[in-house]
Amino acid sequence: MSVPLLSVRDLHVEFPTRRGRLKAIDGVSFDLAPGEVLGMVGESGAGKSLTGAAVIGLLEPPGRIADGEIWLKGERIDNVSRKAMRQIRGRRIGMVFQDPLTSLNPLFTVGDQIVETIMTHLPVSAREARDRAVSLLEAVGIPAASKRLTAYPHQFSGGMRQRVVIALALCAEPELVIADEPTTALDVSVQAQIIDVLKELCSARGASVILITHDMGVIAETADRVAVMYSGRIAEIGPVAQVVKAPHHPYTVGLMGSIPSLTGSVDRLVQIPGSMPRLDAIPPGCAFNPRCPHAFERCRVERPEPMEMEGSRVACWLHEAGDEAQTVAEQGLAGRAGGER
Amino acid sequence: MLAFIIRRLLQAVLVMLAVALIAFTLFRFVGDPVNQMVGQDTTPAQRAELRESLGLNDPVPVQFARFIANAARFDFGRSYQFKQPVSDLIGSRLPATFELSFVSALFALLVGIPMGVYTGLNRTSILSKLFLTISLIGISLPTFFIGILLIFVFSVTLQWLPSFGRGEVVDLGVWTTGLLTVSGLKAIIMPAITLGLFQMTLIMRLVRSEMLEVIRADYIKFARARGLPDRIVHFRHALKNTLVPVITITGLQLGSIIAFAIITETVFQWPGMGLLFLQAVQNVDIPIMAAYLMLIAFVFVVINLIVDILYFVVDPRLRVERAVQS
Repeated sequence: MSVPLLSVRDLHVEFPTRRGRLKAIDGVSFDLAPGEVLGMVGESGAGKSLTGAAVIGLLEPPGRIADGEIWLKGERIDNVSRKAMRQIRGRRIGMVFQDPLTSLNPLFTVGDQIVETIMTHLPVSAREARDRAVSLLEAVGIPAASKRLTAYPHQFSGGMRQRVVIALALCAEPELVIADEPTTALDVSVQAQIIDVLKELCSARGASVILITHDMGVIAETADRVAVMYSGRIAEIGPVAQVVKAPHHPYTVGLMGSIPSLTGSVDRLVQIPGSMPRLDAIPPGCAFNPRCPHAFERCRVERPEPMEMEGSRVACWLHEAGDEAQTVAEQGLAGRAGGER
Repeated sequence: MLAFIIRRLLQAVLVMLAVALIAFTLFRFVGDPVNQMVGQDTTPAQRAELRESLGLNDPVPVQFARFIANAARFDFGRSYQFKQPVSDLIGSRLPATFELSFVSALFALLVGIPMGVYTGLNRTSILSKLFLTISLIGISLPTFFIGILLIFVFSVTLQWLPSFGRGEVVDLGVWTTGLLTVSGLKAIIMPAITLGLFQMTLIMRLVRSEMLEVIRADYIKFARARGLPDRIVHFRHALKNTLVPVITITGLQLGSIIAFAIITETVFQWPGMGLLFLQAVQNVDIPIMAAYLMLIAFVFVVINLIVDILYFVVDPRLRVERAVQS
């Protein structure tokens, strides 16, 4: 990998509260190559969306980056001025939000909103901006695009609105697109279409994507690499084929086991017992240890850092400990991963 | 859209008829109009003659129909106290009240909206807290007290502004305006502030709470993610979404500014309709009271219609839904 497009180094995000500072993201590091699609999965509250918000500089106060660095193509962007960050947002980093029904301002036409964004970032005339808006709407698959320019958001269906949102995120040709659960609020029947549109347009423009989602299926089809997050940390990050087929971290194993499969012969879905700890009650050691079937003494006292492991990085003591522990783990994993898709 | 306006106009006519009925009953039940018009030494024969000539012996529905027909032509009869046509009296007073109301509404909007936006965006700043404190004072102090306070400070102590009257006015044919002369402009400052202060604080608090709500909306977050400058995010995207309730309240308040200018006009001896109405009440001058009632109802009806039309202008969602309905 040459210079990564995006490099997040040891990111910490904190929320100061009356009872002390809550660490919502606790030491997340990853790189993103140009044109690469990185999937991010994890339960609600694992810190996926916050990582995205931190990268684009839209953390809601009082949340703030407490430590760490974010580099975009060799430039540090986590400590630049508000104005400089504003010029990066939309221009170099685009963002797609979860709910297309509420992402668009209801009182302005779709064309107004696209033209406004284009003209904020690019030195073009209103006419050129309008032409660009039409070709963008065509590119995201909106029929009769030039007519629809004067339509208001409420005149579009949910899927069409999400296409408009994608057009808006891409309208200044950003190098990175952060898609925060872009299909969660949509009908199942249009989810695949939206993902296709997003993927095609980004790869045609050479843009990298961070795809935040609950849906492992979407990740498996779309992403090059996947980061599994748990309690504000990356549990496992690696090439998508490897993480899906041969997960190393017990949490990833559980996550894969809890996905229903159409072809598989699994009788019951495996579930991970318990729930993710609250931010103010993260256990010492590995945050996953109370729910982990393989937890041993070391997991309860010492926190594992990500370790290289067959092309992936895994934060788990099982994979550093002696052969014995590893074998136990591998057996357990093999049993569970049997029902993968 | 057109069908909607026509429907609203029909409703407006119904409202006006109902108000006319109330105004009409004033004549019948608040004293005997003949007694008001004649002197002590009028003979019963003369009274009967007057009664007949006024049409007071006709059946009530006929009288009501005649009242409506006259009112539609702005003919409300003659004032008992001034012995002049009521329409002339009101016509000469109307510009003063309307100008005062207009200027105070303008003041309320131009000061209230920016203050509301500012306090909505900077919730914790000291200036916001100052604005909110001032607005609390504006809401809780009675109008006449603020007027008297202003007179004391700016007219009596500092002697900057006149304490009463309208200043010099320019006659533009049907309309006399005080807005074109220096003394007229100076004279309108304090009454307009007195009358508009309450509305200003109301609008400010309304815009603030709407702003707090809207600023958390996804489309504002998305507008920021698109890299739009704060100015555009706040004043284009956020403010426009707060406008529907603001228009409603401003419209209703403009009506009450006109209707309740009475107190301010009394404090500042402003020669408007409010003062005329007050004199009419003191002298049981029913034609003026009836005409005033009708006029205020008319103003409210017109403002409501304008407010309804403004909704359509601001919010495109209404346009479609209404069009489908009608």
